[in-house]
Amino acid sequence: MALSAQQIPKWFYSTKIRNFITVTQIRNQLGRPRKTTLRELLALPQQSSGNFFYWGFKNYRTSSLWNSSQAPSSTRQENISTQDTHPSSLNEVQLKTEATNFDSQVLLEELEDVPPISPLQQISEEDAVQIIAEPPLPPASFTLQDYVDRSETLQKLVLLGVNLSKLEKRPGAGTLLLRLDFKNDIQKILLFLKDIGVEDNQLGAFLTKNYIILAEDLENLKTRVAYLESKKFSKTDISRMVVNAPYLLSFPVDRLDNRLGFFQKELGLNVQKTRDLVIRLPRLLTGSLEPVKENMKVYQLQLGFKHNEIQHMVTRIPKILTASKRKLTETFDYVHNVMSIPHYIIVKFPQVFNSKLLKIKERHSFLTYLGRAQYDPQKPNYISLDKLVSIPDEVFCKEVAKASLQDFEMFLKTL
Amino acid sequence: MGWLGPTRLHGLFAVYKPPGLHWKHLRDTVEFQLLKGLNSQKQYTPQEHIRFLLGPIEGSEGKELTLTATSVPVLSEHPLVRGPKYKSMKVGVGHRLDIKSSGVLVLGVGHGNKLLTDIYNAHLTKDYTVRGLLGKATDDFSDEGRLIEKTTYDHVTPEKLSRILAVIQGSHQKALVMYSNLDLKTQEAYEMAVKGLIRPMDKSPMLITGIRCLQFAPPEFLLEIQCMHETQQLLRRLVHEIGLELKSAAICTQVRRTRDGVFTLEDALLRTQWDMHSIQKSIQKAAPRIEAELEKCQTVALCPRDPVGQPVY
Repeated sequence: MALSAQQIPKWFYSTKIRNFITVTQIRNQLGRPRKTTLRELLALPQQSSGNFFYWGFKNYRTSSLWNSSQAPSSTRQENISTQDTHPSSLNEVQLKTEATNFDSQVLLEELEDVPPISPLQQISEEDAVQIIAEPPLPPASFTLQDYVDRSETLQKLVLLGVNLSKLEKRPGAGTLLLRLDFKNDIQKILLFLKDIGVEDNQLGAFLTKNYIILAEDLENLKTRVAYLESKKFSKTDISRMVVNAPYLLSFPVDRLDNRLGFFQKELGLNVQKTRDLVIRLPRLLTGSLEPVKENMKVYQLQLGFKHNEIQHMVTRIPKILTASKRKLTETFDYVHNVMSIPHYIIVKFPQVFNSKLLKIKERHSFLTYLGRAQYDPQKPNYISLDKLVSIPDEVFCKEVAKASLQDFEMFLKTL
Repeated sequence: MGWLGPTRLHGLFAVYKPPGLHWKHLRDTVEFQLLKGLNSQKQYTPQEHIRFLLGPIEGSEGKELTLTATSVPVLSEHPLVRGPKYKSMKVGVGHRLDIKSSGVLVLGVGHGNKLLTDIYNAHLTKDYTVRGLLGKATDDFSDEGRLIEKTTYDHVTPEKLSRILAVIQGSHQKALVMYSNLDLKTQEAYEMAVKGLIRPMDKSPMLITGIRCLQFAPPEFLLEIQCMHETQQLLRRLVHEIGLELKSAAICTQVRRTRDGVFTLEDALLRTQWDMHSIQKSIQKAAPRIEAELEKCQTVALCPRDPVGQPVY
C-alpha cells in the first residue's frame, strides 16, 4: 500500500512542495511519531551532484502536529495552513493543537487526487493564527545560508564553530549535514569525541576538516580507538593525534595497521620511536604514502645521506618526509654547494629543509657581504644553521649578523 | 573594488621583487595579504530578526494561541556561514620583471589599475643596474645557461668599455629622435630637445637613453642603464653584445631595476612589508607624484606628432 518514493508523481513535488511529506514519513507516522533517522534518509535516492545539493523534502515537518501522533495531510487547506514548514530539527515551537485524525487510506486517496482549497474559504480564528507564511525554503541551493535559520542542526554546528561556508563547497557535504539530525546522530558522535579528549573549542575546526565522521558508525570509531590503545598509545596521545589529523578515525583498522607497519619497516626504527614519530606528525598516517617513498629515495640516492642519518633527521623533524621533492633538491643544492656545508652538519640541523629557500639565500648573502658566513664549528664566530633559519629577522640581525634591521633591508634591495 | 569603507585601497604602489620569484606569484601573494587585512577589519555583530511566534498565553478561558513578536537571533549572516566578505581584489601589474631579475615592480589596486594604463602610455624611462661577467658566453646570455665559449679578457680596459658604451648611447640617441616622430625644425621641438624631453610616445624597439659603467673590476663590471620599451632579456643580450664588441665574451649575472618611472628603490616595499597598512601608506605617499608626472606627460603629448613621420604644420 505504501508507494515508493520514485512513484510519486513529479507534479506533486512542485506544487505541494511545502506540505509534502515522503511516504516513509507517512509510514512512520502510522507507527509512531518520531523524527526520521539518518538511515531512512540515506536510503532514499541521493540527488546531490557536486556542490548543488537538495534540501529534499525529507525534513519538512509540521511541528504543530507532531506532538499528537497523527499524520498530517497534504490536502486540505486548513491543514496546510496549520502546518508550518519548519524542518524536523526545529522543535523550539512546541504546540498543542487540535489534531485531525486521518486514516492511511484517506491519505493515499488524497495523495492521488488533490483538490486545492479555495483561499476564500472561511477558517476559524485559531487556524488563522496558526498560518505561518514564511518564505519557502528553496528545494535546491548552492549555499547553506538559505537553510541555516530553519535548521537546528546547522545552527548548533555554527555555534560549535564549524565553518559552513567551507563545507558547502565540498561535494555532498551540504546534503549530508541537512539530512543529519542533531539529537539522534550528531550528538552521540560529539560526545564520543569529547570522551577521547577533543576540546570544545577544537571541535569546530575538527568538523570543518572531517565532517564525514558525523555519518560514521559509533561502533567502528570505538574499535579504532581500541586498536590505537592496544598499540600502546596513551589517551592524551590519541586525542592529540585526532586533533592534528582529523581524518585519523575515518580510517579502518587494517589501513592504520598497514601504515604503522610501513613506517616501521621503511625507517627501520623501533616501536617506541615509530610511535613518537606518529604522535608528532599524525598526518603521516592519513596522507598518501607515495611522496614519503619518493622522498626516502631522494634522500638516499640523490642527496647521499646514509640510512642512520636519515633516521636521525626524521626523528628530529618528521615533516621532512612530506616536503616537496623539488624544494628539497633546490634547498640542498644551495646549502651544500653554495654555502659549502657538509653532510654531517646538515644532519644536525634538518630544519633547513623546512624553511623557505629565499630566506636562506637572503640571510646567507647578507652574512657573506658582512664577512660573517662561518659555518664550521671548529673555527671561531661559528653560526649554526638553526640560528640562520629559525629565528625571526630582528633577532637574526641583532645577534647573528650584528647589524641593524635597516642595513639588512637596504642590503635586500641590492640583491 | 567598490567603496571599501574607512580603508580606501585605490592607487599605485611599488614592491621590490626578489630574484627567483615569478611576478604572478608575487601579485597573488600581495592580493592574498590585502584580502587578509580587509577581512580581519570588521567584527561580526550578531543580528536578530523580529519573528511572530505562536505561543500559548493564559487567557480568561484557559490556554489560547496568540502571536507574540519576539526577537530571534539569525545566523545567516554569521561569518562562518557566509564566508569571508572580500573574496577577490583587482591587483594589476605594471611593467613586468622576469624570474631571474629583481627590482622595483609597480602594482595597482582597484581604481589604480586605470592609472597603470596611463603610466604605460606616458612612456617613462626606467633605470637598471646590470652586472656582467667577462670571459664566458652562454646561450641565454645569463649565468644559468649552457656554456658556449670561454675567452680571455686581459686586454679589456675601462677606456675601451666606456668607448663602446658611448657608441651605443649615440646610436640610441639618434633612434630616440627618429622614433619620436618630431620635426626638429619647429621651435617647440627644439626646446624640448634642449630640455631632454624627447622620447617616443608610442611603440618602438628598446631605446637606451643613458648608459655608463659604475664599476669595473675584471672580470666583473657594473653598468647603469636608462632605457625604455625594454625587456630584461634584451638587456642581457646587450651585455653579451658588449662582450663581443670588446673582442671577448660576457654574460649577465644580475638585472636589477632601480627606478620605474616615478617609483624608486625607496618606495619599493620589501617582502616583510606586504600587508594592508604599509601598502595603504605607500599608495598615499606616491599619489601626488604620479599625478604631477602624468600631467607633465599630457603637455608633452600635446606637441604635434605625426605617426608616419611627416612634419605637421
